[in-house]
Amino acid sequence: MSKPRVRVPKKAAVGEVIEIKTLMNHTMESGQRKDEQGSTIPRMIINKFTCTFNGQPVFSCDLEPSISANPYFQFSAKVEESGVFEFEWVDDAGETFATKKKIAVS
Amino acid sequence: MQTTKREFLILATGAAVAAFASLPTAPQATAAVAEEMANFLDGATATEGGISLDMPEIAENGNVVPLTISVDGEPSGDLYAESVGIFADGNPLPQAATFHFTPLSGRMEASTRIRLAKTQNVTVLAKMSDGTVRKAETVVKVTIGGCGG
Repeated sequence: MSKPRVRVPKKAAVGEVIEIKTLMNHTMESGQRKDEQGSTIPRMIINKFTCTFNGQPVFSCDLEPSISANPYFQFSAKVEESGVFEFEWVDDAGETFATKKKIAVS
Repeated sequence: MQTTKREFLILATGAAVAAFASLPTAPQATAAVAEEMANFLDGATATEGGISLDMPEIAENGNVVPLTISVDGEPSGDLYAESVGIFADGNPLPQAATFHFTPLSGRMEASTRIRLAKTQNVTVLAKMSDGTVRKAETVVKVTIGGCGG
């Protein structure tokens, strides 16, 4: 159901600061809404997002129910060598969604 | 007793004025947000400056309000923003997110989209790796609240 979308440049110069955009399909049910019967719809959100480059942490975020549906992030990374960016989203049920992007640095 | 048209108009105008007067321009922080910020600060004192928070002045749709935070300086092994907490004081759960930068971040700038229940203050607190805390805040006017209901 949830398919992450990530944009990372394919190439960069050594030491360049690149821009990364990520978008994840998720309803981010806040746990604040009520259904027609008046009972609370249980919370179900993505609570953690992490980005690593060649295993080193680049950026991460702890998400709370105030984050909009389909969480979007834009952030930067400084690349000194070619490698792989790994992205991971974890939701309240413990389900993990992950994707990878390669970058050639020269 | 029947209300005449004139009386009705006077009453209606009064009610409208009262409603306007009670509209918050810069709403006071609630106890919940003060407590969450105190937990986040963990005894440290926040100083204004060295960080900026970019949000629209008026958000038509409270479900999706763009937000960009930017901490001054280039992150290095010596100094970077370890955690940046975002607090929306008018939301049922004020703490919206915590960003974690690293020396590999290149720039300590990040964007996301948050929900805002109503017109309110949004505050960001950046805990730096040297123990200092930077702070910025802004008021966002919300036309349609974003918490469902």
